[in-house]
Amino acid sequence: MKMSKHPLFYFLLFALLIIIFVLIMQPLSILHFGKSIVMLFPGGEVALKERNLLFIIQALMLIVIVPVYVLTFIFSWIYNANNPKGNYDPDLVDNVTAEYIWWGVPLVMTGIIAALTWHYTYEMDPFKPLPSDKKPLTIQVVALQWKWLFIYPEEKIATVNFIQIPKDRPIHFEITADAPMNSFWIPSLGSQIYAMPKMKTELFLIADQEGDFRGCSANISGEGFSGMTFTTRASTDEAYNKWIETAQKAKNGFTLAEYNKLVAPSSYNPVAIYRLEDPTLFHYVLMKYMEPS
Amino acid sequence: MFGRLTKDAFIHDMAQNGAVAGMILGAIALIALISYLGRWKWLWREWITTVDPKRIGIMYIVVVLIMFAKGFADAVMMRMQQCVSVGDSFGFLTAEHFQEVFSAHGTTMIFFVAMGVVFGLMNLIVPLQIGARDVAYPFLNALGFWLFAAGGFLTLVSLAVGKFSIAGWLAYPPLSGLEYCPGEGIDYWIWSVQIAGVGSTLSGINFLVTILKMRCPGMTWMKMPIFIWSALCTNILVIFAFPILTATLALLTLDRYLGMHFFTAGGGGNPMMYINLIWAWGHPEVYIIMLPAFGIFSEVVPTFSEKRLFGYVSMVWALVIITVLSYIVWLHHFFTMGASPGVNTFFAITTMLIAIPTGVKLFNWLFTKFRGRVHFASPMLWFFAFVLNFSVAGMTGILLSAPPVDYQVHNSLFLIAHFHGMAIGGVLFGFFAGFTYWFPKFTGFHLDEKLNTYAFWCWFLGFLVAFMPLYMLGFMGATRRLDHYDVASWQSVFISAAVGVLIIFIGASIQLFGLFWSIKNRDKLRSGRDPWNGRTLEWSIPSPPPEYNFAIVPTVDQIDPLWATKRGQGPEQKKEYEDIHMPLNTPAGFFIGAISLIFGFAITWHIYWLAILAFVGIITCLIIRLSGKEVHGNITAEEVQRIEEAATT
Repeated sequence: MKMSKHPLFYFLLFALLIIIFVLIMQPLSILHFGKSIVMLFPGGEVALKERNLLFIIQALMLIVIVPVYVLTFIFSWIYNANNPKGNYDPDLVDNVTAEYIWWGVPLVMTGIIAALTWHYTYEMDPFKPLPSDKKPLTIQVVALQWKWLFIYPEEKIATVNFIQIPKDRPIHFEITADAPMNSFWIPSLGSQIYAMPKMKTELFLIADQEGDFRGCSANISGEGFSGMTFTTRASTDEAYNKWIETAQKAKNGFTLAEYNKLVAPSSYNPVAIYRLEDPTLFHYVLMKYMEPS
Repeated sequence: MFGRLTKDAFIHDMAQNGAVAGMILGAIALIALISYLGRWKWLWREWITTVDPKRIGIMYIVVVLIMFAKGFADAVMMRMQQCVSVGDSFGFLTAEHFQEVFSAHGTTMIFFVAMGVVFGLMNLIVPLQIGARDVAYPFLNALGFWLFAAGGFLTLVSLAVGKFSIAGWLAYPPLSGLEYCPGEGIDYWIWSVQIAGVGSTLSGINFLVTILKMRCPGMTWMKMPIFIWSALCTNILVIFAFPILTATLALLTLDRYLGMHFFTAGGGGNPMMYINLIWAWGHPEVYIIMLPAFGIFSEVVPTFSEKRLFGYVSMVWALVIITVLSYIVWLHHFFTMGASPGVNTFFAITTMLIAIPTGVKLFNWLFTKFRGRVHFASPMLWFFAFVLNFSVAGMTGILLSAPPVDYQVHNSLFLIAHFHGMAIGGVLFGFFAGFTYWFPKFTGFHLDEKLNTYAFWCWFLGFLVAFMPLYMLGFMGATRRLDHYDVASWQSVFISAAVGVLIIFIGASIQLFGLFWSIKNRDKLRSGRDPWNGRTLEWSIPSPPPEYNFAIVPTVDQIDPLWATKRGQGPEQKKEYEDIHMPLNTPAGFFIGAISLIFGFAITWHIYWLAILAFVGIITCLIIRLSGKEVHGNITAEEVQRIEEAATT
């Protein structure tokens, strides 16, 4: 069997591809897409912390990855069969010290990352209220086929596929579903969490700048899944209060009858805003699956 | 009479009609070809009824090729749809069809490509590397294969008759429950996976016992090749994980067929239970397909470095630790389901721990090259690409294992990029390395090296172009399984990913062409019994190996026994030929597989009389087979001598 005589060619090609994809394409695409890479340019504290943790873990991992890359090239180069300078020692098959190093280094790295993760998993628990001197705004979320229903129980309004929130005030989402399982996700603000029938999950988020953030479902839920997007508008307190006032005067009242109409499957629903007439609706949805029908 | 099967089941859109027509034409062409060559008898005698693991292994690979073609076509359709379906345009697939396509893609690639590759390679390599003439349960092994094939063909049938599942490759309830998916799609998924899964369990039992009981004299635990260790760990995982899958699917079946409420949200059921159960199988499954790839590289790297594997004992422990840990990490697939931070932290840390043995394996492979003589044959190229891809995918895996990061990137395309890095950069590249490496052993000739190299570069480049952009898309907030999106800036990135798939397609085409090209030019590519200067027992016997593998059962006293012989070490071998008992062929496995296919089809469509009939048929076949007496034939010592002398190469 003829084996290749030109490892140099391979090396250059490998190195070139890596350089292009890691060192050139990534920064270029970040420059090109800028703020539309929402996870790297977060709009809220939760997303910011999550991004920073991602960076820290990535940096720690690179301490192991970079040597692996370098060694892969170096060893293959020095010890390639055509290089007369490479020592050949077929009996070098064990070395206790060396093995301590590469059991030990990953162990230590993993220890550090694990400690960080432990700390942040408790700190970033989606159910945990965010530290703030402002009272959280509660929004109840119901995933339906295939749209999002939002209920502001205190403000007495309900919306479909749209929410407006005041910036710098924690939002307390209470989430359930009257549909297959979905995942409630606003990438700019951080953390997603599943929306499941019969279950209530909770999520605390905060926006620290104004803007329209895209929200979506991250878990396949049937035909209209792709259209389950909604807009989260973070605005100043004044704009938010004004919006609430307008919404409270909405023509349509939201009652159980209206809810039952909304439950019927439909895709790509337009935004709708209602006055909330039945404040127990969320509870009703939660209890709907509790007992056999 | 026909249950729920009506005329409507045969009506599809154009793309699917094309696929069905292609399939039918392909089948007709194949039948015509076999008839023209007059090979039906040969096919029946030598292949369909065989219990020879080498032939079963090759049949696995053939089924994998067919299933891969289908899974790849699914991938191409997804990428094409996502290139165009933005804003006001909705592409050429309906949402429902798109969802069928990605469900079929995942199911096909995991259950019928990756699993087929795993068991195919184990069939080919395990007996040869442990110096055995056969496997422990030849009939069980054949049955496992035919059940696997039956499951695979049932997914192909779903292309032509009715619809496939729309609920993704793991069919989470309540979406997969009766309420939201009353049609036949989920049932197709359940039965194809169920039938193939039972096959996998049987094959797992066979290979575990084979490795435990049939090693040649002197091959103690710590003298087994690392591929055998990886196969051992894989089979332990199979045996303990697949029954969970079988039970979970059975519960889902009860929900769907008898209106029970294990996983429905109403009536006291709990969908979260399903998600836990399916991942209690699903995570070991990840390592079931990953560990054999580790095993392959542990054979390829030493051979092409002319040096024994560095740190053998470490490698063994790394495999064992991964095996144990893989059972206690399943919850990391759903950190976002709302478990308490304590629970999430536990599973996060167990997940991260897997990085340690995996890192050790990487370093041991690298240091196998240290002071070696590294040859850049194509299996080594795959290894090179594996190291580069796998470390990136591993790094993103660690990112995903931290719950706070996972809250952000879960179910986004970042996750897709991560696990395709593992599945393509790890499993598939490993398989390609193994395929190129062991191909001459089973055919007696090489694959064309030049074409291998071209195919390799297409795959490597295509992989980078297809999947690196997905990390970026994940950061941009793109979720998986979108048949349509509203953010215009994603489109260019999706197009880039599609270009990558095109490059991979070119690579795969070159491989397929290379296979036929090499067969055509086999006389120029003859390999002999030991083309790579091999180290393990399989290279000591003729290529292709005779039916009984080893005319004289080898005795070994160290790792890499053939290498020891080459260096003038190793124990005295027996010299005398002896009579060899080999199991006789049996059509029972094929019949049971075929009837299982009928059973799966019948029960999917609620054609109960046919299902019951088929079930009785399966039991009957089993009883007939198990009451048979004459299951072994005899090859006399003279005949062995004649065969061995003819095969001097």
